[in-house]
Amino acid sequence: MRNVLPWLPCHLATLQPFPMKNRLKIPLLLAPALTVILLFFVGGLVLAVMQSLGYMPIIGRHEVSLDAYRAIFSREDFYRSLALTTWIGLVSTAVSTILAIISALALRRAVRGRRITTFIFQFNLPIPHVVGAIGILFLFSQSGFLARLGHMGGIIREPADFPALVFDPYAIGITLEYVWKSTVFIGVILLAVLLSLGDSYEDVARNLGANRWQRFRFVVLPFLMPGIMSASILVFAFTFGAFEVPLLLGQRYPSALPVLAYRSYTDVDLNARPEAMAMSVIIAAVIGVLVFVYMQLSRRFLRED
Amino acid sequence: MTKELLTPQKSIPKTERKRPFSQTNLRWPTISIHSLVVVVIVVGVLLPFVPLLIWSFAHRWLFPAVLPTEWSLRAWTYVFSPSSKVFLAFWRSFVVATAVTLISIPIGIMAGRALGLYRFRGRTLVLFLILAPTIVPVLAVAMGIHVVFIRYGLADTLLGVILVHLVPVTPYMVLIMSSAFANYDTDFEDQARSLGAKPSQVFRHVTLPTIWPSVMIGSLFAFIISWSQYLLTLLIGGGQVITLPVLLFSFANSGDNAITAALSLVFIAPAILILLLTARYLSGKDAAFGSFGRL
Repeated sequence: MRNVLPWLPCHLATLQPFPMKNRLKIPLLLAPALTVILLFFVGGLVLAVMQSLGYMPIIGRHEVSLDAYRAIFSREDFYRSLALTTWIGLVSTAVSTILAIISALALRRAVRGRRITTFIFQFNLPIPHVVGAIGILFLFSQSGFLARLGHMGGIIREPADFPALVFDPYAIGITLEYVWKSTVFIGVILLAVLLSLGDSYEDVARNLGANRWQRFRFVVLPFLMPGIMSASILVFAFTFGAFEVPLLLGQRYPSALPVLAYRSYTDVDLNARPEAMAMSVIIAAVIGVLVFVYMQLSRRFLRED
Repeated sequence: MTKELLTPQKSIPKTERKRPFSQTNLRWPTISIHSLVVVVIVVGVLLPFVPLLIWSFAHRWLFPAVLPTEWSLRAWTYVFSPSSKVFLAFWRSFVVATAVTLISIPIGIMAGRALGLYRFRGRTLVLFLILAPTIVPVLAVAMGIHVVFIRYGLADTLLGVILVHLVPVTPYMVLIMSSAFANYDTDFEDQARSLGAKPSQVFRHVTLPTIWPSVMIGSLFAFIISWSQYLLTLLIGGGQVITLPVLLFSFANSGDNAITAALSLVFIAPAILILLLTARYLSGKDAAFGSFGRL
């Protein structure tokens, strides 16, 4: 699992061997944490799968069927929501990864006031997405702060002249919010890698005649790669499954998949519930498969190193 | 500019000073690009807070006006009045987050000790299980578990919300504590024991003081993760357990921008406080940092 996430406890070499004299020690130490995870997390997932198959013994439904999956796979809004969510996830991840690389490189070289700029850079890290979304709404809506500045500058005359960036079909507002938060998240991870890297490798490359681009491409980027991959997979997983930001900044139709699932779940028609479960199971499954593939890939690449 | 160009800067290593002038000359535009990027970063990060701040003091702020035409403290008076819904929601959020934190501390210390100190069979599997909630979205989990919570009377209750908040909090608590135990020397415990200390005394006087900084960092992060939860609270609390984010959403949908803005600022106050407290110790490589990806 090395390097899959930068902060994993992967110090296998320094670990003590299993304490043979007290066999029960480790299971006992792990019991509370595993109880929480198995009972609520794994239990919740299993129950969601069961209910998506229509198996709900608590309300007296015992037959298992794929009806819910069949139903959502024949719904047009499901495909549109799936496409929209994938689009949001891919664009947010790609844009914020690129911006994060640029930011980390710039902050590393910022000679004057790096401490204060790095602090400001980190400023939005603990801010919940909800608040970020409200800020983006006040900023980018057609009568928002930027539209007013545009009016002052004589660029637009009325709100309708300002491009629709929130509640828009391309989910630009949602993407902006995710980019705002995720750039900083990835950027701080990369900055930590860069600062621990130091200048010596690049100095060697420079002495060997490498130009600016070559130093970045063949020296810095390979060191950043594990961080870039793991952080961007986290960002994609989050943006693909998150609910708050599309709820606040998204169009009503088509909505992001998690919002569609939530609306089906809270529908007065109880028959919509298995469909809601099926959609949320699909979201979880997509992310599960993605992370699995990524872990296999990263394991192979690490061996090659 | 030319003066600076000719005097070598402190931060530039010796090898670079010796480079021919034509090459040193090339550094100038790149440094200004760096500063430009840094300025863009600072503005970009802070920009969404600007309308939030202004709106919280606005009374009348119609379209073309760049600043409110009438200011007022209405939103702030409402937010801080003891009779408003805000006060109760703030208190409820605080109770939930504190309870979640206190429950997760022993869970984290125990599992962190096992994962941080020992090599054992199935360690990778346990890590995998404990980390899974940091990647898999909570939507499916919350929907799936809801029916059981209804069955056992935990839905729509504070206790139910506290229990379900343990799902996103536990992984980070365990990660933070296991990295604390990764640099922990059990010899001190052995010495205390050989001097006759009871297990409880060993924990109280040796283990706890050593891991205390990590317990503090872990607690702050556990608190803020629970504090920020919306979806889990909404589903399991069923709209009955109105925490601050739930209230914030209903104001955001109501269209009262001034109160929405003031409430947002109140909501993020603990988060900023925690950042101020931990920024010096925090780097992108820390276990605690991962939790930021999901706030």
